[in-house]
Amino acid sequence: MVEDTVMNNTAKEAILQRIRAALGDEQTGWGARKKSAREDTRNLKTERGYRTHSEMNKQQRVRLFVRHVEEYKARVSEISEQELPQTVADICSAEKVEKLVIPPGLDEKWLPGPESGLTYLSDEPDQLSHDELDNSDAVLTGCFRAVAQTGTIVLNAGLGQGRRALTLIPDFHICVVRREQVTGIVPEVFWELEPVIREEGAPVTFISGPSATSDIELDRVEGVHGPRRLHVVIV
Amino acid sequence: MASSQTGIQPPFEKTARSFLENTQLRGNLGHATRTIRDKRQGVVDEMPDWEELREAGRQIKQKVMQNLDHYLLQLEESVTGAGGVVHWARDAAEANRIILDLIKERGETEAVKVKSLTTDEIGLNKALEKEDILALETDLAELIVQMAGDEPSHILVPAIHKNRTEIRDLFREKLGKPDLTDNPAELTEAARRYLRKKFLSANIGISGSNFAVAETGTVAVVESEGNGRMCTTLPQTLISVLGIEKIIPTWQDLEVFMQLLPRSSTAERMNPYNTFWTGTTDGDGPQEFHLVLLDNGRTRVLADPAGRDTLHCIRCSACLNVCPVYERTGGHAYHSVYPGPIGAILTPQLRGLSDKSAASLPYASSLCGACYEVCPVKINIPEILVHLRGRVVRHNKSRGGIRGRVNPERLGMKLLAWTLRSRSRYERAQKVARKGQRWFMHDEVISKLPGMLSGWTDKRDLRPVPEQTFREWWRTRS
Repeated sequence: MVEDTVMNNTAKEAILQRIRAALGDEQTGWGARKKSAREDTRNLKTERGYRTHSEMNKQQRVRLFVRHVEEYKARVSEISEQELPQTVADICSAEKVEKLVIPPGLDEKWLPGPESGLTYLSDEPDQLSHDELDNSDAVLTGCFRAVAQTGTIVLNAGLGQGRRALTLIPDFHICVVRREQVTGIVPEVFWELEPVIREEGAPVTFISGPSATSDIELDRVEGVHGPRRLHVVIV
Repeated sequence: MASSQTGIQPPFEKTARSFLENTQLRGNLGHATRTIRDKRQGVVDEMPDWEELREAGRQIKQKVMQNLDHYLLQLEESVTGAGGVVHWARDAAEANRIILDLIKERGETEAVKVKSLTTDEIGLNKALEKEDILALETDLAELIVQMAGDEPSHILVPAIHKNRTEIRDLFREKLGKPDLTDNPAELTEAARRYLRKKFLSANIGISGSNFAVAETGTVAVVESEGNGRMCTTLPQTLISVLGIEKIIPTWQDLEVFMQLLPRSSTAERMNPYNTFWTGTTDGDGPQEFHLVLLDNGRTRVLADPAGRDTLHCIRCSACLNVCPVYERTGGHAYHSVYPGPIGAILTPQLRGLSDKSAASLPYASSLCGACYEVCPVKINIPEILVHLRGRVVRHNKSRGGIRGRVNPERLGMKLLAWTLRSRSRYERAQKVARKGQRWFMHDEVISKLPGMLSGWTDKRDLRPVPEQTFREWWRTRS
C-alpha cells in the first residue's frame, strides 16, 4: 500500500511536471512572466453570450415541455392534483401493473386506495434488493425540475424520487411533474441545481424520454436498459 | 478490442482503397452519415444562440488547457473530499495496472463496462483479459463488436459497418438463440435480457467520463441506452477513466457542453440519459468510487501551441459525419480508436510522428473545412492538419539523415522555389514546359506523368501550360 502511494505520487508529479513544461513554465525570465500571465487567464470571465433565461411564461413552458416529451414517445397526462390517485390507478390498470415501487417521502395523497388492488413496494425502512426491483412492474416518483426546451425530467434523489436504482430497474416509470416545476431552458436548471451539488453532492439524473438505441442500421428502437416506458403526469 | 493501439499499423492510403471497394460498408456509412447530418442541422438551427454557445465552449476549453495543472489538483481535492479515490496514470500500461489491481484486490473476475473511447485507447479489455478478467461491453453496438472479435468503426455508432443480418447471425450463435429474426427491436430485446442478468449481479462497473467538474468533483456520463446508468449505479465499486483534457472548471460550465454535445452528437435536443455523480452517496449507488486520471500522450499534444486546441474535443463525432473522406473509407482505414477528421489530428499527436501509420493521417483530408464549421468547440481542424503536415515533413527530414536531406521531393521543392522567385526564370520555365508537355498531353490534358512526377497525375488530370500566357498576351497588346 505504501508502495502504491509512492507510485501514484510519482505519476502525479510526473504528469504535473509535463504539463508545466508543455505550457512553458520551465523557462526562466520570460517564462516566469508567462506563468503569471497564464494564471491570469484563470480569472478571465467566460463570455456567456448565450441565453441564460427564457422569456416563456408558465403556460408556454408547459406546452413546449409536453410537445417535446411526446416527441420522445413518452405518454403525457395533464390533470389536477385531486385526480392523481384515480389517474395513477387508471394508468396502472391499463399497463397491467400490480407491484408498484414507492420511494421514501412520496406524498401519500397521490396513491390510489386499496380498491385498486395495487401492492406497494416501499424502499424503507429496508432498501429493496435489485431482484425485488426487477420483479416489480413500475415505479411512481416526483421530480426536481423539468426542462421545456429539451423535454427533460431532472431527478436529484430528493424526497419522493428515491435513490437512482428505483427509477432505473423497474420497466415502467410514472413521473409526476408539477406545472411550476417546468423551467424554460437548460442553463436555468443548471443554475437551480448548483446549490444541491455544492451542499449535498447529490447524484443527478437527466431523463429525456425512454432509453433508446440506433445501433442497428440507425433504426431507432425505444427501450433498452432503463425503463422502457415512461408516463409523465403533469399536475 | 483496441488492438489498433498496439503493433505496427499500415498508413491510411494503403488500406483506404480496400475499404472503398467494400460496397456494403459504403452503403451503410453513406446512409448513416447522411441521416445524422440532416438531423443535426435541424436541431442546431433551432438554437438562435448556437454560435455564442460554441464560443463559450471554446473559451472554457482554452482556459482549462492553459491551467491544466491547477484544475487537475482542484479536481483531485474535490473528488477526494466527496468520498472518491483519485489515481494518476502516465500511460496506458499504468492505467491498466491500476484498474487490474483494484479488481483483483476485490477478488472479482468480471466487470460491466460502458462504451468508452478512452478505455479503448489504452486497450483495457485486452489487458484485463490477459489476467482472466472479463470486461463485458454493455453498449449494444460495442457488445456486437466485442462478440464478433471486431473493432469499432465510428465514435458514436461503433457497429455501423454491420447490417442487421450479420448481427442476427452473430446473436444466434453467441446468445444461443437460433430463432432470432433480423428485426432490430427483437435483436435489442435479446441483448437486454442477456445484459440485465449481468447488471443486477455485477460488483464492478467501469466507465469513461464525458466531463469532470474541477470545482465540485462531479463526473458526467452522457448516453442513450441506459447501460451507462446501470454501470454507474448498480455495482458496489465504480472505476472511471478520465482523459486529463476532459476536465471543466465549474458546474455552470456544464450548461454549455450539455447543450453543445447532444445536438452535435446524436442530433437530439438532449440524449435520453445523463448521469452526474459527485464522489459517493450513502445508500445510493456505488459505495466506492475510483477516478483514474490519464495522460497517455495528452501532455505531448499540450506542448505544441499550434496543435493544442485538439484537446478541446468533446468526442461528439459531428466532424466524422460531414467528412467526405470518412464517409467513403469508414473508420477502420484510420487504424485508430479516433477516426475521421479529429482522429487525423489527434492520433498523430498522441502517438508521435515516428509512428508511420499515425503520421499518414494528416494527409487523409481534402481540407474542405466542413469539420471546422460543425465543431461545437470550434477546433480549426484544417489549420491543424496543415500544421501537422509541416511537422511530418520536418520530422522525416531530421530523422532521415543524409537521405532525408537529398530526398528528391525536397530537392524538387527547393528548385521550384528558386524558379518562382524570379520573373525571368519563371517565364523560361514556362517555355520549357510548353515544349516538354507535348509528349504527355492527350485530349488537351496531362493525365500521366512519368516516374517521380506520377504522384501528381495518379488521381487527377493536370491542365497544360497554355499556348499563350496572360503575361505574353499583355505584352503583345500594344
